[in-house]
Amino acid sequence: MQFTRLLVVLLLSIYSQFALATLPIQLWQTTAGTWVYFVESRGLPILDISVDFDAGSSTDTPETSGRANLTLQLLSLGAGGLSEDQIAKSLADVGAELGGRFDQDRAGVSIRTLSSTRERNQALDVLGRVIQRPEFPEDVLERERTRVITGLKDADTKPDHIASHTLKKMLYGSHPYGLRSSGEIASLELLQRKDLLDLYQSRYLAANAVISIMGDVSRVEAAAIAEALTRDLPQGKLNVTLPAVAAPVAETRRITHPASQSHIILAYPGLRRDDPDFFPLVVGNYILGGGGFVSRLMQEIRQNRGLAYSVYSSFSPLRQEGPFEIGLQTKKEQSEESLRITQQVLTKFIESGPTQKELIAAKQNIIGGFPLRLDSNKKIVDQLAMIGFYNLPLTYLDDYVKAIGKVTTLQVKKAFQRRIKPEGMVTVVVGAVENK
Amino acid sequence: MSHNHCASILSLGLKIALAAMTSLVIPLSSGAYANPHEFKLANGLRLIVKEDHRSPVVISQIWYKAGSIDELNGATGIAHALEHMMFKGTERVPGGAFSKRIAAAGGRENAFTGRDYTAYFQQLHKSQLPLAMELESDRMRNLILTKEEFSKEIQVVMEERRLRTDDKPHALVHEKMMAAAYQAHPYQRPIIGWMNDLENMRVRDAKEWYDRWYAPNNAILVVVGDVKPREVFALAQKYYGGITPRPLLPLALRKPQTEPVQVGIKRLTVKAPAKLPYLTMGYHAPTLRNASADWEPYALEMLVGVLDGNASARLNKELVRERRIANSAGAGYDSTARGPGMFYLYGTPSEGKTTSDLETALRGEMEKLMLDGVTEEELARVKAQVVASHVFRLDSMFYQAMQIGQLESVGLSYRDLEIIVKKLQSVTAEQVREVAKKYVKDDSLTVAVLDPQPLEQKLPFAGSGGLRH
Repeated sequence: MQFTRLLVVLLLSIYSQFALATLPIQLWQTTAGTWVYFVESRGLPILDISVDFDAGSSTDTPETSGRANLTLQLLSLGAGGLSEDQIAKSLADVGAELGGRFDQDRAGVSIRTLSSTRERNQALDVLGRVIQRPEFPEDVLERERTRVITGLKDADTKPDHIASHTLKKMLYGSHPYGLRSSGEIASLELLQRKDLLDLYQSRYLAANAVISIMGDVSRVEAAAIAEALTRDLPQGKLNVTLPAVAAPVAETRRITHPASQSHIILAYPGLRRDDPDFFPLVVGNYILGGGGFVSRLMQEIRQNRGLAYSVYSSFSPLRQEGPFEIGLQTKKEQSEESLRITQQVLTKFIESGPTQKELIAAKQNIIGGFPLRLDSNKKIVDQLAMIGFYNLPLTYLDDYVKAIGKVTTLQVKKAFQRRIKPEGMVTVVVGAVENK
Repeated sequence: MSHNHCASILSLGLKIALAAMTSLVIPLSSGAYANPHEFKLANGLRLIVKEDHRSPVVISQIWYKAGSIDELNGATGIAHALEHMMFKGTERVPGGAFSKRIAAAGGRENAFTGRDYTAYFQQLHKSQLPLAMELESDRMRNLILTKEEFSKEIQVVMEERRLRTDDKPHALVHEKMMAAAYQAHPYQRPIIGWMNDLENMRVRDAKEWYDRWYAPNNAILVVVGDVKPREVFALAQKYYGGITPRPLLPLALRKPQTEPVQVGIKRLTVKAPAKLPYLTMGYHAPTLRNASADWEPYALEMLVGVLDGNASARLNKELVRERRIANSAGAGYDSTARGPGMFYLYGTPSEGKTTSDLETALRGEMEKLMLDGVTEEELARVKAQVVASHVFRLDSMFYQAMQIGQLESVGLSYRDLEIIVKKLQSVTAEQVREVAKKYVKDDSLTVAVLDPQPLEQKLPFAGSGGLRH
């Protein structure tokens, strides 16, 4: 084992050199008060920009559920004097791609454009209008509301969707993280244009926004771009607070469905972005069910028994505790057996923790594979957006690797024992065997 | 992470993906995308290396020219099942050691099976390329196939089929439509295989498949990343050079199995639990055979771009936004394939509208296009997207390798990338209209409709009958 331990140290040094040499993040604030995270990269004639706001689905209430999502959707469907068709054409004419990012915490708009002057200017002009002067036209709202509702009705027939939707509610109860991001039919039907405007005015604030810029522009150009994108954002400052996440009421819910497979998910509140247990839990999760073909769950459920095609465990860190989940799908007749084995694997892992050998293998993969997380402009702009949104240190990526390197088996075991309670988990089985 | 079979990604989802396979049409600023370098080993293995020095990483993909197109009735799904078995070990790298060693090197790995090929890949730090080559070359020849491992893994494959097809109404519609649209050509069969064939598949079927197709003279090794081509060649020599070739048929000599001409419309209905109906229409169409001489596939790509290439394209604008007949609508075309192609229209009707309303509307859009043609403005817009999406693809080493591998494994060349973009740029509005008129016609059309069933009642759909052994 001495040798492999040495390897971890070696990989760590390879990585550090790389990151420090290639990801020099520049940080400043625009006149309007928006923080800008910038990495200059001249290798490709591409510019990627992401603008992120504190306007995720946790800003919804049961009465307004779906508002945050619809607000983000409508930004690009009429803005700054341009109709949705004019916006779409302007972007397509220069080959630019507009994207979105939406979760419980964040609502983000991203753009990818060629960096050549004409293309870039046209794409950024549209982006500037979309985030600073959205119009939320009434008729577009009506149409999109209908489309979302129709989509929800269809989603409510899909076992995977029923499982994740039901589980979220069981896991978070009345906490806003328990709301369905796309909303509920009843609340969507009542949303008015004014509701969307209110959210926009109160949450798409210059002072709370974060701009991430990656690619083929200079620092001076990036500064001008960031100014133009934030000058007319709503003013004001917000202290974002979210209620703490309480432990869920342990329950297993079995829901019938005509599908041939059962969709099984187990969950417990997991990680915060600033969590002191972050690194032991990330390393432990790799060993339990995050590490592709080599995890314990994969070994026991798929390799040894052929019970499922996919089985995983995951943490989704958020401002408050995002979900820790274990999921798999298996044919109905073997769902109870699979659930039992999954619970056994988890319980044993929490009781005994990982072996030294497993720990080393996990570190080797996470550290040795770190360059793969930064090997494209797209991945880097996503990292910038995450670092900026959660106000993490500029050295976060380097710190990450070092912190992983320091994790011990005991820390993993203790962190899991402290944070994940197998007996307290919520579990849903959609496509349960019907009682005859 | 999982073993994919991604033909549907490469076909229905393609849209202007082929259009993205382009080359240096606009001035590019560095040597990061120098033309690929090509090598050939004495045993027939071809190696294509593309340098990309932006990050200290590498992707290594090996493509075997054997996919579901090469399967025979009764053994459908064997190409994909063997792909799963390729992770089960050799004498030197037993059991799950392959995955463990790649993981310990910080690598990611997976594989995918298509209609025309089966491919395996590893992404790692550039210093680990020798490991990837060592392990991949070892399993090209030394795979151990046991009855015990096969009997477990085929259960995994059946779960994959349930997950991706049997319980996914749209996938089920697509599978049954292909089965109806092709009467003779092997594209009628799903890549993952029919459930009954999976139930009756044995380890000897896997062994036969492996022995028949897994050989250096049936493979292409594609390496993209922060590497020096000469050094990669030396590594390939070292690890693959000693593997002896097998007598097997090159692509050009395999049986064409040409589909008989369709002589009238085909319609089918698929019942499955869902809320919304769904419609898909497939028209037989050609695929690219000669990148320089052909023009129709390029015009068909442009047709798809005009219909569904961006948010302002015709189907979204007319059917979703303005007339509100559809909740969503799209078009697709699989232009690069060993076998025949298909041009698709598909969509979900809005609430209160039927698939028949949507079909009428889609037909209306095509008739309008055949009558009035497309505007220069629309065409220029699609061409701008072609150029941009090509450049955007250069941001991903994975897709650069995919482009090369896909072209090579269907009998085209990575060199055709350059020609393809030029030809796409040269398509005229009249050519778009011409291919629409020639290929979008009822006699070669198959229409498949999802008839949604409520969840409450017992259904006669796939799964319940097929699961018992």
